[in-house]
Amino acid sequence: MTRNGIRRVIATFGQLCSIVLVIFGYSQAAVAQVFDMREGVTEISQRVQNLHHISLGVCVVVGIVVFGAMFYTMYAHRRSKHPVPAKFHESTPVEIIWTIIPTLILIGMAVPATTALIDIEDNSDPDITVLVTASQWKWHYQYVEADIGFFSNLATPQDAINNLIEKEETYILDVDNPLVIPTNQKVRFLMTSGDVIHSWWVPDFAVKQDAVPGFINEAWTRVDVPGVYRGQCTELCGMNHAYMPVVVEVLPEEEFDAWIEDQRVAAALAGEQAVADRSRTWTMDELMPIGEQVYIAQCATCHLPDGAGQGIRYPALAASEIVNGPVEGHIDRVMNGVADTEMQAWAPQLSDRDIAAVITYERNSFGNATGDIVQPLTVFESR
Amino acid sequence: MIAHADTIPKQRHPLIAFLLRWLLTTNHKEIGTLYLCLAFLLFFIGGAMAMVVRLELFQPGLQFTQPDFYNQMVTLHGLIMVFGAVMPAFVGLANWLVPLMIGAPDMALPRLNNFSFWILPFAFILLLSSMFMEGGAPNFGWTFYAPLSTTYGPPSTDYFILGVHLMGVSSVLGAINVMVTILNMRAPGMTLFRMPLFVWTWLITAFLLIMAMPVLAGAVTMMLTDRHFGTSFFEASGGGDPVLFQHVFWFFGHPEVYIMILPGFGIASQIIPTFARKKLFGYHSMVIATIAIALLSFIVWGHHMFAAGMPLAAELFFMYATMLIAVPTGVKVFNWVATMWRGSMTFETPMLFAVGFVIMFTIGGFSGLMLALVPADFQYHDTFFVVAHFHYVLYPGAIFGTMAAVYYWLPKWSGRMYDERLGKIHFWTATIAVNLTFFPMHFSGLAGMPRRIVDYSIAFADFNMLSSIGAGLLGLTQILFLYIVVKALTSGEKVTDAQVWEGAEGLEWTLPSPAPLHSFETPPVIEPDDAHAAADRA
Repeated sequence: MTRNGIRRVIATFGQLCSIVLVIFGYSQAAVAQVFDMREGVTEISQRVQNLHHISLGVCVVVGIVVFGAMFYTMYAHRRSKHPVPAKFHESTPVEIIWTIIPTLILIGMAVPATTALIDIEDNSDPDITVLVTASQWKWHYQYVEADIGFFSNLATPQDAINNLIEKEETYILDVDNPLVIPTNQKVRFLMTSGDVIHSWWVPDFAVKQDAVPGFINEAWTRVDVPGVYRGQCTELCGMNHAYMPVVVEVLPEEEFDAWIEDQRVAAALAGEQAVADRSRTWTMDELMPIGEQVYIAQCATCHLPDGAGQGIRYPALAASEIVNGPVEGHIDRVMNGVADTEMQAWAPQLSDRDIAAVITYERNSFGNATGDIVQPLTVFESR
Repeated sequence: MIAHADTIPKQRHPLIAFLLRWLLTTNHKEIGTLYLCLAFLLFFIGGAMAMVVRLELFQPGLQFTQPDFYNQMVTLHGLIMVFGAVMPAFVGLANWLVPLMIGAPDMALPRLNNFSFWILPFAFILLLSSMFMEGGAPNFGWTFYAPLSTTYGPPSTDYFILGVHLMGVSSVLGAINVMVTILNMRAPGMTLFRMPLFVWTWLITAFLLIMAMPVLAGAVTMMLTDRHFGTSFFEASGGGDPVLFQHVFWFFGHPEVYIMILPGFGIASQIIPTFARKKLFGYHSMVIATIAIALLSFIVWGHHMFAAGMPLAAELFFMYATMLIAVPTGVKVFNWVATMWRGSMTFETPMLFAVGFVIMFTIGGFSGLMLALVPADFQYHDTFFVVAHFHYVLYPGAIFGTMAAVYYWLPKWSGRMYDERLGKIHFWTATIAVNLTFFPMHFSGLAGMPRRIVDYSIAFADFNMLSSIGAGLLGLTQILFLYIVVKALTSGEKVTDAQVWEGAEGLEWTLPSPAPLHSFETPPVIEPDDAHAAADRA
């Protein structure tokens, strides 16, 4: 069969499947969306999808031949129709034929796979480089050339996870700060991790690369279509593996440049705000609501919203020795974390005000009543 | 019936005598029964954990479990099914069948046989006890990648390590026993190329076990020293490499997946000729294909790690080597079809399970071939597509193979026939349930659902609901299977004919039904006009 012939067979089979599904009430586009590998928005993702079609097509055709022969023989050579079995049980030519034909088919599949792979692994000449650092359970994106960086956390409310409120279309695929990249530029990702192995995956780019602590892996993409693309961590990385989405916003080049400028300005403003925050004394009433917000967003997944904790790895904050002990110990634990555990160092992740607020909140909630108010200045001086 | 009537003092309480008999037995049939019972018990425990997983995944959001407990269930389900259900079931079948098929009076090393079985209950008590420890059971997946399992593992990880060590010791000892039995205890005239395919596949499996299990033992030992003795095999900050763990694990892990399927190939190769009433087609090529699969299994481990950061040359090597496995696997499937071709088939329950095995295992093989293509693997890797793939290979492969074997040889083992009508109901409900559970997983994976997640995007909700419904049905079929076996053993129709199945060939069918406790005390005579001998001459 010629190459086109095979393509036609595959296409016809695809059509047939679609027609069956359309009869059952799916639209043709919906069928492709529901049952197919995603086409994605990069040249590579489309080639990968094509490779998926080729290999699936080959499997379906071989399956039809082999299973067809099986079902035919089970029907035609059952005892009631074929009482006397044949005697043959060996044939070297036949064995050779069905060794060689699959080998040739495999070579036919290996060629497009090899060429695609060579292009995927070509990480040379990037326009932009982003250092992606994973940690339990968030991503940090650092733009190497522009020297800006930020954390990207799950933004889906805990109440949606606990089925208390309606789930949105982007349930558990929503973050506070998405990675932003420009269209039509080769973006190189350098992946690493601060704790366990994670894996960064955006199906629409066909990019999946493990983030391994102590090592740096490479991947790249070039996206033509602006939009928001969502994926997830794909390597089991502990308790909240399911809650570690990847969201990438692709902007047209000019908008991207403007966004970078905005980020620079925002960083400068945040610096000024930090100075203002630590130069005055805050009251309990000001800090408590901020602390509660930070606690729910960052701490509650492990220590639970009521501070009850989850066993020895995620200790209770209610009646905790550290929370009810000297303030210095509590500040140290929050800012520097505990090495080799899920309790991370929060100093690089949160502002002085947020750390002060969350510590104040913890010391005056869950039945803890120390009455302590931690000031942003105290946190600043502990840095 | 009592094995050691002479050695057990008569005055013991009957219960103690009963327990001592099973504790001390060195008889291959009794040890085989022990293995099969333990495997079935653990299959239920591992299955119950799968039910928890599927219950949680019935809908998006957290319903019944917390994420950490969910991860524990996923981990223990995998470990128990691999090391507790499939492997002991196959060792049990080897114990029962290998001596009968080669005309040996027992296994070559009967006391070792007893020892290798009785290690297992302790291994699994260690593993399961971790569920009740502070910090919970292992929660890092059955592949226990470092550093999640080393630096970040719960305290119970050490119990897991010790448990895996014991399972490994048991497997290696069992494998040595099977290998020594096959190589030394064949009846006169039973040359290697006259052995039934089940014996061949187990001989090759035994080699795989002896080569692979010590590597696993090395991996868990390195974990233990990393956790407690200051080494840094897998700790980057000490100069180690977390990816080294994956290399070591999968160097064990890939042969392991063939350990879990080759005996199934052997079972299908025994059953299909019986019910097609026609000799196995291409006996020699079947043996050679099995050996080829076993050899290839040692050079393909990297295909589990394409996303871990691998140089292009290595990716290409592992891709080509993996694709190559499709050739001998294809040869086996073609030979089974050719065995059926122009036979005179009937479809009793063992045949149904064997045919189901061939078809659904092949579907799992197809997705395996697709996974080998590295660019596409970047999209499939660590998604539910992979979960669909290996469950297609393991459930209709290893589990259907074992069930086919139980239906096929139960009349020989027990002298009683199972209920054919219930057996057929079991097959059809199990087949529907397996496909309902695992086929939609292909699509949820392609749509972008990662594996081992406790909660998922609402886009995957429909497929997950289907899978969960299928899994519930699949769970119920196990209870039906238990009922069928118990009913057969207690009130099944008595089998008097040694042959049992009219088309069956092999030494086990020359023994009376049920097979006496001690068989082939004098070696049988292998008929010179045996089919394989004729094949040898031709």
